[in-house]
Amino acid sequence: MTVAIQGGRERARAVALVRRVNFAVVVFLALYVAVGLLQPNYLEPAGAMNFLRRAAPLAILASGQLFVLISGGFDLSVGSLVTLTVIGGSMLTANDPSKTWSTIAALYAIGLFVGLINGAVVAYLKTPSIIATLGTLLSVNGAAMMWSGGSPRGYLPDNFRMFGRFVFHDVPVIGIFPLAVAVLVAVCALAQWGLHGTVFGRRVLAVGDNPRAAELAGVRVEFVRLGVFVISALSAVTAGVMLGGFGGVSVDVGRGLELQAIAACVVGGVQLLGGRGTVVGAVAGALTLTALFALLTLLGLPQPLKDTAQGFILIAAVAIGAWRRRRAV
Amino acid sequence: MSKAILGLVAGAALASFASGALAQNFDDPKEFQAAKDLLAMTPEGPAGKPWEQHLGGKEVDTSKYKKPGPYRICFSNAGVDNPWRVVGWTTMQAQVEVLKNDIKSFTVADAQGKDDKQISDINAFVSSGNCDALIVSPNTTAALTPAIEAACQKLPVVVFDRGVLTDCPVTFVNPIGGYGWGIQTANFIVSKLPKGGKVLALRILPGVDVLETRWSAANRIFKENGVNVVGAEFTGGDNAKTKAIVDDYINRFGAIDAVWMDAGATAVAALEAFEDAGKPYPIITGEDQEDFLKKWKEKGLTAMAPTYPTYQWRSPVIAAVRILKGEPVIGPTWKLPQPVIMQADLDKYVDDKMPPLHYALCGCKDLPGYPQAWGGK
Repeated sequence: MTVAIQGGRERARAVALVRRVNFAVVVFLALYVAVGLLQPNYLEPAGAMNFLRRAAPLAILASGQLFVLISGGFDLSVGSLVTLTVIGGSMLTANDPSKTWSTIAALYAIGLFVGLINGAVVAYLKTPSIIATLGTLLSVNGAAMMWSGGSPRGYLPDNFRMFGRFVFHDVPVIGIFPLAVAVLVAVCALAQWGLHGTVFGRRVLAVGDNPRAAELAGVRVEFVRLGVFVISALSAVTAGVMLGGFGGVSVDVGRGLELQAIAACVVGGVQLLGGRGTVVGAVAGALTLTALFALLTLLGLPQPLKDTAQGFILIAAVAIGAWRRRRAV
Repeated sequence: MSKAILGLVAGAALASFASGALAQNFDDPKEFQAAKDLLAMTPEGPAGKPWEQHLGGKEVDTSKYKKPGPYRICFSNAGVDNPWRVVGWTTMQAQVEVLKNDIKSFTVADAQGKDDKQISDINAFVSSGNCDALIVSPNTTAALTPAIEAACQKLPVVVFDRGVLTDCPVTFVNPIGGYGWGIQTANFIVSKLPKGGKVLALRILPGVDVLETRWSAANRIFKENGVNVVGAEFTGGDNAKTKAIVDDYINRFGAIDAVWMDAGATAVAALEAFEDAGKPYPIITGEDQEDFLKKWKEKGLTAMAPTYPTYQWRSPVIAAVRILKGEPVIGPTWKLPQPVIMQADLDKYVDDKMPPLHYALCGCKDLPGYPQAWGGK
């Protein structure tokens, strides 16, 4: 009798555990296995590392966007900030490896500035963030085009590119270890700590859940809003440095990335109007999207069919996630 | 009455269907053959100045447009939204500078890639009365035709790059075009590819006529020669996406022997995917961008660079001035030579001082402001 009860409890605990696992993790693993069945070398350590390297910029963008989404806003300017980072990187380094570090510092300063503008417009001018950051998107893109004259004017030196491109070879067990994966892990850890381990993180969740209640409880809502946009902008600069490293200079490297980052978060169970979300979810969402792109390429479908399938799979993933949450409550 | 309406509707439907069918045919055997014939011709005209040369074609009499100079020339530009157009536009401005004794004013309207804006730009130019001649680089072919037909009634028109569906412009300046590109590149790959070699085709995006014809002509030759094309993928012109796609193909097939590209902007990214995977470089066709040429020279690739030469931006300015002087020009179609860069002439075109996406065949080295105006050092 007691054994049966205990068994029942264990089963209930197991079910609860499964429910606690982020749904995006399940979707990602399913897609990744499908990719691996089509292309077995994705299942080898080196293949997995390469996959993570490719997914890193989007995952970093998503973990920055996460903060803005949880606080109840949107940041549409990140894609154009990625473009500005890559173009600015090539203009400022002027192909001189000794200027790499000062250039990266300057790019983060630009990111900080853009984030502060976004945050200030939303927090103090009370402009809806979707409009404010749409404006920034246009201005930042325009600035990038003006700076470069519409066409890339330089190369990125190799030591700038290493963050997105360099790979340690002959590493025990895993074979290769891309530097980008190390950056990814560091950024994720930082985001995880920032959101779930600090007072600021709890305030972000509180502001997203109910800004009025948070304010009455003594949270300085404006300060929190300023902070989340700065975090998002700094993540965009990081992603830009990595994308420039991976692919080199191009004028439309960031186009559409803002929507991909938001989509990644939504797949990861982040609530669009704020108040709920996890770093694990956002990163798993970004990995899911990257696996989906790889799967559709491997299937060899024609482009229009790929786009259609992509849209359907995204909607299905989000709908199933929402349904699971409703049932869990 | 109702019959007449029915007939009208049916006629309109048929007409739109027919034009749709015309617009959609990117694989026309007649055009393919015409391009092949043009490639076999020797260009006529001043040596070393391909922007003044022509392949076949007849001179048209322009004495009815003759006017005392200097002239006011107006230019309706489709946009400067990609590096090719940036280089071309810079070249064109320098050509105007060269002819400054004949050109009193050169007024530009940038349509920013929008048909409706370009139509109103052209209308505004025509009705302003401030233009002696109009140069148009159309954004799209069918949509701009009526506006250009209306402009032809009032003043001499020169069209270049993309065409329109009317013969009314005094001349339409363009290189051999997409079919020629496809023939040149595919023949190169066929000649170098080991037996049974795998070819990956990388394309920017579907549905653009100049890109579709490049691919249809190349694919026709690949099929005729039994070449194993393992995939044709769209990169969106994005370096990171290109690298990811090539990486997937290298993984999937173990080795890729040749990469065919419908435009060269992401050629270096494609090559880097081979570097990062530790595989030998493929046979590759890129374009005349400096970053690709530089890589080709550094790594000793088996490569060629087809071109859609940016020097074609010089020709319309020259043509407009000649027309207003009453001098004959080649028309109604003026075909410019479309050279390719092969190993033998690579050194002539590699220039470390120019930016990565500078187009080597700009024909701009003799122009004022070179190289700074083109971003060079």
